[in-house]
Amino acid sequence: MSGDGFREVGVAEAVALARDGFQIIDVREQAEWDAGHVAGATLVRLADVPTRIGEVVGDKGTPLLVHCAVGGRSARASSVLAQMGYTHVVNLKGPISHWKELGGDWDEPPQLLTPSQTRRYARQMLIPEIGAEGQRKLLDSSVLLIGAGGLGSPIALYLAASGIGTIGLVDDDVVDESNLQRQVLHGVDRVGMRKVDSAEKTLAGLNPETRVVKHAERLTADNVERLIAGYDVVVDGTDNFDTRYVLNDAAVRLRKPVIHGSIYRWDGQVTTFVPFEGPCYRCMYPTQPPPELAPACDVAGVLGVLPGIVGLLQANEVFKLVLGLGQTLAGRLLMFDALGTTFDEVRIWRDPACPACGESVVQASTRQPTVMVGR
Amino acid sequence: MSTVRIPPVLREETGGNRTVEVHGATVAEALEDLFARHPELRQRVTQDGELSPFINVYVNDRDVRYRDGLATEIGPDDTVILLPAMAGGAR
Repeated sequence: MSGDGFREVGVAEAVALARDGFQIIDVREQAEWDAGHVAGATLVRLADVPTRIGEVVGDKGTPLLVHCAVGGRSARASSVLAQMGYTHVVNLKGPISHWKELGGDWDEPPQLLTPSQTRRYARQMLIPEIGAEGQRKLLDSSVLLIGAGGLGSPIALYLAASGIGTIGLVDDDVVDESNLQRQVLHGVDRVGMRKVDSAEKTLAGLNPETRVVKHAERLTADNVERLIAGYDVVVDGTDNFDTRYVLNDAAVRLRKPVIHGSIYRWDGQVTTFVPFEGPCYRCMYPTQPPPELAPACDVAGVLGVLPGIVGLLQANEVFKLVLGLGQTLAGRLLMFDALGTTFDEVRIWRDPACPACGESVVQASTRQPTVMVGR
Repeated sequence: MSTVRIPPVLREETGGNRTVEVHGATVAEALEDLFARHPELRQRVTQDGELSPFINVYVNDRDVRYRDGLATEIGPDDTVILLPAMAGGAR
């Protein structure tokens, strides 16, 4: 018995007292309570004990077990209670964190994130619009990157680092020395390796929790639906018109948002296509241009940082789509000029006559729009 | 004069210039003046006398398809943007 009119016990004994029917008073703060608390306990913050205890415990002879985190605040509360005339006060002196492992009943909210996830993503979760719930959405999301090269590299690195749960990579190419100037997923020791394998290795080092799904094939009309069906968002970093049109038409059919990026020497373009909500690629360019209008990087050349800048603008769109926040580039084409360091944008409209998403398609379709992202 | 912005894939036809200053009260007139200054652009931007379907034309941020097409009026502070599809990316 303490000299202050209350008794002190350790955690094991306290668990036994709780089973014996002691009323449990938790004098910690609300946030500590919210993170987890003894089952059946009542929260009366230390500062509130004198004013609130009367409404919680009517009979001053009720056996009370008072606790906080380790026993300091609860000792003060116990002393106050004894002075107020409570005759059967027991203070828990010991870490309440041992309560559960010593067999006590414990209530806690379902944990959205593991402790290591909470540490890893702390800076991002501090952003009020994200928090633990937003981080959970990112971890539950899946993003397919078409191409693990110039645009795919920065996108994959940042998506993995910040906790996008599943990253699919579609690329049938192998790493070439001439890629290394801009394709930062790959290093000199990867030359000759399949890009999907090299990317998997790099991403595993960055975030072992990321699930990397390798599709070592070229996207074609035959495999496109199979490839994109399981993903929330598709990021288009391809190098040719064939793939862009095949991808667009399938994405519209399956109602998958596509984040479009393209680069050429000093210039880059980014936009986001959200099927039936904004324009699609065919609304902009209904038919496929001749190849001479689309020389690839290996013919035209490209500044090393350009795919970094354009790719990260695409990655930024991924976050907004998955989190359901902000304004995406749907309906806007953003153009970056590295020589002038200027950004310009033009508006792009849904074309009612669009062969992929126009009125005839909408009328023929009986499918209802489904929410793919932003859960 | 209005400004025509030349996309990267067409800059060889303008000697590397990224913008060209042109006269004209409409998009059509501005393009005619552009072709007069850089004749090689005509065959890249037009097809059978019409605008190529592979190149979009904007006045400032508006697609002329949703305004008055080539008859869209322009003023001295306007920028005409020629925007062909761009494909470059991964490899």
